[in-house]
Formats: sequence, structure tokens, C-alpha cells
Amino acid sequence: MTRYILLAVLAVVALIAPFFVYPILLMTILCFMVFASSFNLLLGYAGLLCFGHAMFFGAGAYIGGWLMKEGGLSIELAFLGAALAMAALGWVVGLISARRGGIQFAMITLAISQFIYFLLLRAPFTHGEDGLQRIPRSDLFGVVDVSSNLSLYYLVLAVSVAAIWFFYRIVHSPFGEVLRAIRDNEGRMESLGFVPERFKILALTLSAGLAGLAGAMKASVLQIATLHDLSFHVSGTIIFMALLGGLGTLAGPIVGAALVVLLTDHLAQFGEWALIIQGSVFLVVILFFRRGLVGELQAFLKRRVARA
Amino acid sequence: MFDHISIQLLLGQLLIGLINGSFYAMLSLGLAIIFGLIHVVNFAHGAQYMLGAFVALLLLNHLGIPYWGALFIAPVVVGAVGLLMEQTILKPLRHLDHLYSLLATFAAVLIMEGLMRLEFGSTGLPYASPLPGGINLGFMFLPWYRGWVVVFSLVVCIATWLLIEKTKLGAYLRAANERPEIVESFGINVPRMMSLTYAFGVGLAGLGGVLAAPIYQVSPSMGSNLMIVIFAVVVIGGMGSILGAILTGYLIGIVEGLTKVFYPEASNLAIFVIMIVALILRPNGLFSSPESSR
Repeated sequence: MTRYILLAVLAVVALIAPFFVYPILLMTILCFMVFASSFNLLLGYAGLLCFGHAMFFGAGAYIGGWLMKEGGLSIELAFLGAALAMAALGWVVGLISARRGGIQFAMITLAISQFIYFLLLRAPFTHGEDGLQRIPRSDLFGVVDVSSNLSLYYLVLAVSVAAIWFFYRIVHSPFGEVLRAIRDNEGRMESLGFVPERFKILALTLSAGLAGLAGAMKASVLQIATLHDLSFHVSGTIIFMALLGGLGTLAGPIVGAALVVLLTDHLAQFGEWALIIQGSVFLVVILFFRRGLVGELQAFLKRRVARA
Repeated sequence: MFDHISIQLLLGQLLIGLINGSFYAMLSLGLAIIFGLIHVVNFAHGAQYMLGAFVALLLLNHLGIPYWGALFIAPVVVGAVGLLMEQTILKPLRHLDHLYSLLATFAAVLIMEGLMRLEFGSTGLPYASPLPGGINLGFMFLPWYRGWVVVFSLVVCIATWLLIEKTKLGAYLRAANERPEIVESFGINVPRMMSLTYAFGVGLAGLGGVLAAPIYQVSPSMGSNLMIVIFAVVVIGGMGSILGAILTGYLIGIVEGLTKVFYPEASNLAIFVIMIVALILRPNGLFSSPESSR
């Protein structure tokens, strides 16, 4: 019951928020919530640390932006196109990297993301260092105008809620159960007849698709796609978001994404200190609060219930 | 189609490739030692290399200690920083999933780079070459310093490899990696040995930084792009394979140099293409035995 009340309150807050807070900031938070959830699907549920996850986000932004600007597609088709293209990229990356687990998966995905970075730097349609600028906010279904910040906010909100619901369905499906079982004991799952590699590749495909969607939304919100979106820096930030909030919890990375976007917004004025503070908080989380904010909160509530 | 390529260009790029390869080999060697013996993926390796270059620069500018002194002092200083990191952030994570120590060293990179940028700005600082001049080989001009880097790093790589594969100390290290409890029962302090191994690998990164200072500009971000290449080298060579890391390092440097001659647009991509092809053809790494890949 409390859960439904909580969801209802959240829904009301989300609907009235743009009248009190700058919609661009809210939409940026939503994009990173979806992006962080896609990362959570891999590390939190499949135990795969994708160290170059920004490649899906950044390339998704380019593809979504390009489809709207040069392709003249409506906004929902641009989102869909970016998600599908990135799912395909995720599948290919999975084919290359899923055979090596754990730590090597992290190193390989990092290297592949750097490869994609240089590839896009060279590709003609990305305009090199300038990036894709003045991306139009195409009409929804070709008829509904979403060029104003407020109308785009409700579209991004709806797509984000759908994406997070999709994520929720994945992790609570039998497929999600298998993923978690592989994370906890790969050998046993293999002996039960499952092929872990296949599940990992599918997880990466789905996760990359969600990240690509997040990237395309970001391209429509800020109307720009640059190489920074797929830089290693963004990959690091998304890891920080997921870990700070709490891996393997539904809400953790979502909370983490909101906190880090707001934190970055505030810290921007402190220049280099922003990096130092981010690194220090990151380190404290790894050393002392590995369950993250939401994870620690859940553990605390559980202890209280157990005591009562 | 290659008539426009002169022998000078080819040899010049080969030399640059060999020099880059020297750095790749030295750094991936340190990374492979640390991973192979204590199972930490040291993401801070690039930042520690950067630290080595800065220590050399500070020694010169503030204490007047020249390059040849820095060559000995800087690796010790950087190794000590490594030891401190090991004691404070890696030790508590030793019994957890290796992903945590990777992330901890990554967080340390953010802090180190941020602090250095705060202090020194982000533009590159010059470090005068200790061996000015060079020799005309007829087909090309070889600066003395670059020749020194190639020879010295080769000596360091071979010496380190011999130390680990052929000496008693190396045997203890390898044994402690496989069966720590048995080595401990011989009266050897395994945790301390592991800490010192990390410090040694980090010291190698610092040494690389000193070597790099006169060639590349000294800047806080000099290590971060290199780091990703080093990761690729270690993946290609096979994780934890020390000889593999050295050989792959030189190989990648040379291939990268050759790509610049024949297909300059792809020179940044070459390393990663090789990595992907190597992963498909030899999933365990070029130089690793199948059982050591797990």
C-alpha cells in the first residue's frame, strides 16, 4: 500500500516539477536515470562492468540527432532508431567481449569505446570536434509539436518512465533470474545447461539499446551531440551514479543519477575541485558503502523490521 | 599505390613506433606484474606515470636535481605513493571482487588528476632533454635521447622479466600468487610481499614517466589516454603474462608507427582493431596459456 502512495506522490511531483525547476535540468536528469538504469542492468544484475558504457549513450545521441536533423524523421522514430542501432552495437560488442568475464570484460569494453570514439571522430557526419549542432526537435508522430521545453519534458518523462518500466520487467523476468544466477555462480548455471555467454550478450544488447535511447533523448533535449558524450569521462560518471545510488536495486542508480547531475550542476563553479570531490565521494562509497545510498537504506530498514 | 612513401618516412615512423612501443612495453609490464601477482587491475597506472614525470620536473626546478638523479629518485617517490595507496584503499578491498579495486584505483585517478590540474594547470610543461643533439644515420636523424629511451627501457623490461621468472624472489612471488597459505607457512610475510609488489609495479610506471618527460609534454592528463592503450596491450598479450605484455607493447608501437605511414587516418584505430581481431582469433590472449586466462 505504501508503495502505491509513494508512486502516486512521485507521479504528482514529476508532473508539476517543470513549473518549479528548469525543465532542461529535469530532462537531463531523466536521460541519465535511463542511462544509469541501463548500466545497472549489466553491473547490478549480470555482474558485468562495462567500462565504456558511454559509447552507447554518445553514439545514440549522434544517431538520434542525425536522424532528426539530416533524416527528417519524427522524434519517436529517431529515439527508436538510436535504440535499435545501439542494441545492434551492443550485440556486436557482446560477441567480442562476453567470452572473457569479470575484469577483462571491463578492459575490453573500455578499449572498444575508445575505438568507437576515434571512429566517430573520423566519420564525416559527426562534424569532428564541433559535434552535431542545432539538432531540431522534430514533431511527435509528425504532427504534435514538442519544440518547447515544457512539451518536450512530458514526452521525455513518458519515454523515461516506459524505459524504466521495461528495465523493471527485464530484471523481474525469468531472464533476469538467470542473469542474477550467472552473476552469483556461473559454473553452476553452466552445469545446469545454460550458456552464460548467450545471456550476457543479450543483457548487453538490451542495456545498450536503453543507453542509446537515453543518448537520443539527450540529443533532443540539449539539441547537440558531441564527442564528449562518448568520452571516457562520461563512462566514469555513469559508474559513479550507479554505485552511489546502489547497484542491483531498482531505485539506486536512478537516485544516483539525479544526485550526480544536481551535484555536477552545483560544483561546475568550483572548476577542478569538482573532479576531486567526485573522486573522493566515489572512493568513500567503494570503501565504506558498497551497497550505495538506496542499498544501505534498505539494509537499515530491514534491520529495524527484524528488531521490531 | 605506395610510391609516395619514402624510406626516410618509413624508418622515421618505425623509430617513433619503437619509442612509443618502449613506453607501452614498460607500462603494460608493470600492469601485468600487478595483475598477475596480486590480482589488482591498476587503473591508476597512467596517473602514476604522470606523477613520475611531475616528480622529475619538480626535482629539477626546485631542488636542481638533474634527470639522471630523477631517474632513481622519482620511481622511489612514486613507488612510495603506490605503497600508501595500497595500504589505504587496496588492502581493505583485497578479499572482494576485483572490480572494486579497479574502481577504487579509478577514483584515485580522478583525485590525482584533479589535484595536479589544480596545482599546475592543464597545459603541458616542457622538460629539457638531458641528451641534446643526435646522430645523422644517413637515412634519418636519431636524437640521442630517443636512442637512450629505446635501449634503457629494453634493459629494464628484460631485467624485470629475469627477476620474476629466474630468481628466488620471483619464485616466491609466483608461489604466493598460487598458494599463499603454503608460502606463508615457510615464514614469508605474504601480505607485505604483495604490498611491495604493487609498489614495485607502480615504481615502474613512475620510471616510465621520468623517461617520457623530455619527449612528451608534462601534463596532468598525459597518462589517461595512454592508459586505455595499455589496457588494450595487456588484453592482447594475455592478462598477467609478463613476457606477453613486453612483446605486445613493442609490437603495438611498431604497428601503430607503420599504420601512420600506410594509412594515417587509421593510426589511432590500429591498436583497437588488433585487439578485436586478437580477441576473436585467440580469445585467451596471444601469449597466454589457456589455463592462466581465468
